[in-house]
Amino acid sequence: MYHKEKSIQLKSSASALYNNLSVLRIGPRSLTHFTVVHANVVNMVSASWDGLNYSHRQLQSKEGNVATSSSLILQAAWCVLPARELLVLTSQKGIQMYESDGSIMVYWHALDSPETPTAQAVFARGIAAVQEKFVCVGVSSGSLLVFDVPSKGSNITLSEMLEEHKEPLTDLGSECSGSQEFIADLVSADDSGLLCVWKSGDDFQLLNKIPGFEVTCSSVKLWKGIVAAGYGTGQIRLYEAITGILHAEINAHARWIYSLDIAPFTGLLLSAAEDSLVRVWHLTLTPETNSVEIEHMYNECVTDTQICGAKFCDGDGYAFAVTGYDLSEIIRYTQA
Amino acid sequence: MSTRTLPLLVANLGGEMLYILDQRLRAPDLSDNRTALWSEEDRKTVLTVIISAMFSKGFMEELLKPQGLYSHRAMRTLLTRLAHASIMRLNAASMDRLYELVVMAFKYQVLLCPRPRDLLLITFNHTDAIRNFVKHSPATVNQVDEVQRRLIETYTRLSEGEFQLIRQTLLTFLQDMHVRVSLFLKDKLQNPSGRFVLVTTGPVPHASDVPGLIRIFNRKGREVKRREFPAGGSYTSPMREGSFEMFGDRATRLGTNMYSVTPVADGKTSGASMNPSQHPKGTAEPNPMAKEELNLLARLMGGVEGQGNLSGDGAFQVNLFIAGQEEDGTGAPGEVEGEPFGVINIQATTDQLASTELARIAGEFAEDGERPDEPSSKGEDLLAMMDDL
Repeated sequence: MYHKEKSIQLKSSASALYNNLSVLRIGPRSLTHFTVVHANVVNMVSASWDGLNYSHRQLQSKEGNVATSSSLILQAAWCVLPARELLVLTSQKGIQMYESDGSIMVYWHALDSPETPTAQAVFARGIAAVQEKFVCVGVSSGSLLVFDVPSKGSNITLSEMLEEHKEPLTDLGSECSGSQEFIADLVSADDSGLLCVWKSGDDFQLLNKIPGFEVTCSSVKLWKGIVAAGYGTGQIRLYEAITGILHAEINAHARWIYSLDIAPFTGLLLSAAEDSLVRVWHLTLTPETNSVEIEHMYNECVTDTQICGAKFCDGDGYAFAVTGYDLSEIIRYTQA
Repeated sequence: MSTRTLPLLVANLGGEMLYILDQRLRAPDLSDNRTALWSEEDRKTVLTVIISAMFSKGFMEELLKPQGLYSHRAMRTLLTRLAHASIMRLNAASMDRLYELVVMAFKYQVLLCPRPRDLLLITFNHTDAIRNFVKHSPATVNQVDEVQRRLIETYTRLSEGEFQLIRQTLLTFLQDMHVRVSLFLKDKLQNPSGRFVLVTTGPVPHASDVPGLIRIFNRKGREVKRREFPAGGSYTSPMREGSFEMFGDRATRLGTNMYSVTPVADGKTSGASMNPSQHPKGTAEPNPMAKEELNLLARLMGGVEGQGNLSGDGAFQVNLFIAGQEEDGTGAPGEVEGEPFGVINIQATTDQLASTELARIAGEFAEDGERPDEPSSKGEDLLAMMDDL
């Protein structure tokens, strides 16, 4: 179904972090941006669609106090809002937001870090753009921060702190179908596997809580009201977001899942794990019966690699890209 | 990221170091002219002293305080100091090689660890073996037991997610190290590129399921369809759970002594291993953290008693690996030799012995690469390397 393309070289290797690849497609400029986290640095590569031009940029995490240890970054992701795109970095010290090409930092939010380290680690992780004007970020305390983003400029403000989770947040997924007919806008996941389903607004509203079974949910997506969640046991589960009804359970991987992605136009689902495998699935939704089917389409084994990031490069799922721990390249695949 | 990684790092790296030292100290002489100075008694003494230093109460309590990980430089210094708690002396080249081996062995274990929580089982495999090394000394066994109790107390109640964070933090520390280890290469655990082999076969971790099954449910929660898909590997049923108690079957071989089989003497001189292609934390600029780290090390070592004469008289020089045989084929930038270290002022500590020793070690680093092999007095080069580890 897919064949391997020429890889893109990175300035440094990918770190073992959940969802460690973000992709932004810029149609008007025939460019695709990729970001991959390496310790306290974000490697950004921009690739022209003709495959001839690559440019690199590195962004550093913002240090608090120079004397203390460097701030490791846990995630970097683009947030696509109607008026603008922001690149968001979450680290041990706080949250940095840049213009989408990484050129200017427009906002910095510091986390409450204690003077001396505590047994409970402090960091931010989990990034999503929600609806018209929100960027949401998760925190290790369990808080979900909601930022209000104006259509331009740096007057970004912290609008709300949602306190439903008790464990560190792992990932956020916002409704990616592009349709307004679905009530749920955002799903948040944490270390205990708990999923919270939200409706956005000036006050975010909790619509549902789907309990975990003390198994970490490391990656979560929301598409047409369906939550696709990947777990540390290697399972993928599909839930109906509003009701919490379990549609399907798949014993998908032999090791911890690190990344899920959905191609919104076709319903293709991408899963990647520490077991070296990337799998492509197809979701079909039958509105009349409100039922969901999932079908396995394709496997790709990335030899000797613990995969940490996998994303579709376009809305149809025509191409996808993969990163692995200790690998200094982004491996790409396109449909044959 | 995680603030609880240091005790596990020290216990595991220290354990691997002890495996290697134990094996090296057993190796017979090659030359007829030399008398074997490492009797069984001496070997046991060396290991016991090192273990006693590593598991000293004060040292362990310092490690157990929530804190971030240190640099490779600081960890190497820490292991050197532990090794030198005994009467044995390792030259810089030996210590470099020892550090690489120890780190690569641990990297293999962390990478292949089936579940994040199994990191603790790997640690317990090390402490079990360490306890066995000192079983002739009840006092030292008590020290090891006490530390294991503290580890059980601290770690067994952590969630799987927290363990994964610990593992991810360790993987960041171990990132970009691809030193080839001939034992791994020989057993096909590592590729010539230096990357470890990850198989898609074997048992799945405890509490996971073999991939291949899709279950579809109706709105009432009843399973209505079941389908299989090709999993692309050949996995077998889950591993049994290992014991997290003081004693018990740990269920994994990761962390057990892979050197315990006596190597065959084939007369081959030590071949090359690639130096790390990139020394992850080595830079040309003096690390502003270094002073902080060395101060902490001084505090840590304050509780560690050196045994015997530290300055050389009566101390036995040990060359673990034949000097000069490591080919610097790649000549990668950022290697330890010739790396300029800024002048660091060591703070005085309560233990004068420790601060003197640290100052000496720090001095050693600054002169690295320029200092020739010291002509040993009583202790000649006792051991020759029989095969490349």
